[in-house]
Amino acid sequence: MAELESLGAPLATSVPASASSVPATTVTPRHSLFVRVTHWITTLCFFALLVTGAELVISHPRFYWGETGNDSTTPLFKLHIPSSRSLVPSGYSYVLPDQNGWSRYLHFQSAWIVFLTGLLYVISLFFSGRLRKNLFPRRADLSWRAFSSSIADHLRFKRPNVAETWSYNLLQQLAYLFVIFVLFPLVIWTGLAMSPAFVSAFPLTVTSLGGQQSARTLHFFVSLALLLFLLVHVAMVFLAGFTSRMRAMITGRPGTPTERT
Amino acid sequence: MSDLSSRKLSRRKLITTGLAATAGAAGLGLAAHLAQKYGLVPPDHRGIYGLGETLTYASQRLLTRHSLAREFSSSQISKPPFANQIEPLTDEFKRLQAGGFAEWRLSVNGMVARPSSFSLDQLKSYPSHTQITMLQCEEGWSYIAEWVGVPLSRVLDVVGVLPQAKYVVYFSMEPDTWDSIDMADALHSQTFLTYGMNGHELPVGHGGPLRMRLPRQLGYKNVKFITQLTVTDDLKKFGKGLGAAAPEFGYAWYAGI
Repeated sequence: MAELESLGAPLATSVPASASSVPATTVTPRHSLFVRVTHWITTLCFFALLVTGAELVISHPRFYWGETGNDSTTPLFKLHIPSSRSLVPSGYSYVLPDQNGWSRYLHFQSAWIVFLTGLLYVISLFFSGRLRKNLFPRRADLSWRAFSSSIADHLRFKRPNVAETWSYNLLQQLAYLFVIFVLFPLVIWTGLAMSPAFVSAFPLTVTSLGGQQSARTLHFFVSLALLLFLLVHVAMVFLAGFTSRMRAMITGRPGTPTERT
Repeated sequence: MSDLSSRKLSRRKLITTGLAATAGAAGLGLAAHLAQKYGLVPPDHRGIYGLGETLTYASQRLLTRHSLAREFSSSQISKPPFANQIEPLTDEFKRLQAGGFAEWRLSVNGMVARPSSFSLDQLKSYPSHTQITMLQCEEGWSYIAEWVGVPLSRVLDVVGVLPQAKYVVYFSMEPDTWDSIDMADALHSQTFLTYGMNGHELPVGHGGPLRMRLPRQLGYKNVKFITQLTVTDDLKKFGKGLGAAAPEFGYAWYAGI
């Protein structure tokens, strides 16, 4: 634990109480302006993608494996929800309003914005050294003991100590690395694999996944994994101290360490 | 840190930020100019979703100008009959259907050297082409079929498209149903005026007797019951100027995604 504390960037106590009297450049923020801006752009886009994605699913809440699938083929599984299209055998006697037009427009626009934002973020991650400094597990953490104790802390819903305001713990690092380098690339890949024009130029994008309907099914599951990350992420923010964590991500300053939510 | 040095720092920051913003604005302006010049801006580029639409259309047009839609083997043709939604047929359609579509005409006009009208037999007299491709509905379902028809480029050759043409607008016998494609799609080798499917005449349920087939775009661009083609350089003259009926109902003009 002592080691963790020494890692903590400027200790929170060194932050002046009235920050407004001091030029902002003299205080190292918990999260740089770039990280804060890209974080909230990603948040907005993610919500837009989630809502519109769910909207698009209800127009055909059936999932298949392979190249093709339609109302007269056997689905891999189906969601037992009403549909926004009358021909889908949903088991419900009513049809939801069709909102696919704007949902598609917004889905793809958000995808573009989050893709370009993410690209900038990953480039900066490599060039600023933040990847190694913040996201790569520390050497001392790379042991079964450290790993199991971190898991135990999480399972006991233990509140993180003060030093963790200024750094990420092992599970957090692994989760962020997984989202940035596995889930986001996968969701983009499976999304592109559904585009008939894109795969005409790059057919391997879809054939490697087993077909266009497989890509759609995988896109659904990767989206669920991202949703699960979001839920855990938000739960952890509440557990660690909602005000301090939100303030750190909005203003850059986590606030006084003794603060309670 | 003294006040002076921090003020210097902020002034330097201000100047670099200003320069970056100016360069960014100039870059965007240049990009917009080039995009317009090379036909990378879709007709529905205005409004809040214009940015995403333009990025999608421009990048896919750059990547896919000549790429071919995936073709499948005949064993992959979807076997079970599948649901397909069509609007109630008009009386005029029923009259033509009763006559075996012998009186069906495809008229071609606009920026062409020889405006013409084709019967189905005339269209079938050109060498027929076949493709086994997937039709994907924007809802999420799909099927693979064998499509037989005449490439649209062949018909455009016959009528002689003028060099300034940029789009082909196509009209259905269904009321208020029309769409358009750029010349890259119109001249693409897999863009068919389709009259046959899986070894038979194209069924009415699938758009028979004549359907536009664009395997690189979603189902709704593959308009059924085609009766007219108009070649143009300006989509603003049609409907609300959004290039198709679909954007008037909130759906994107470009459907390659």
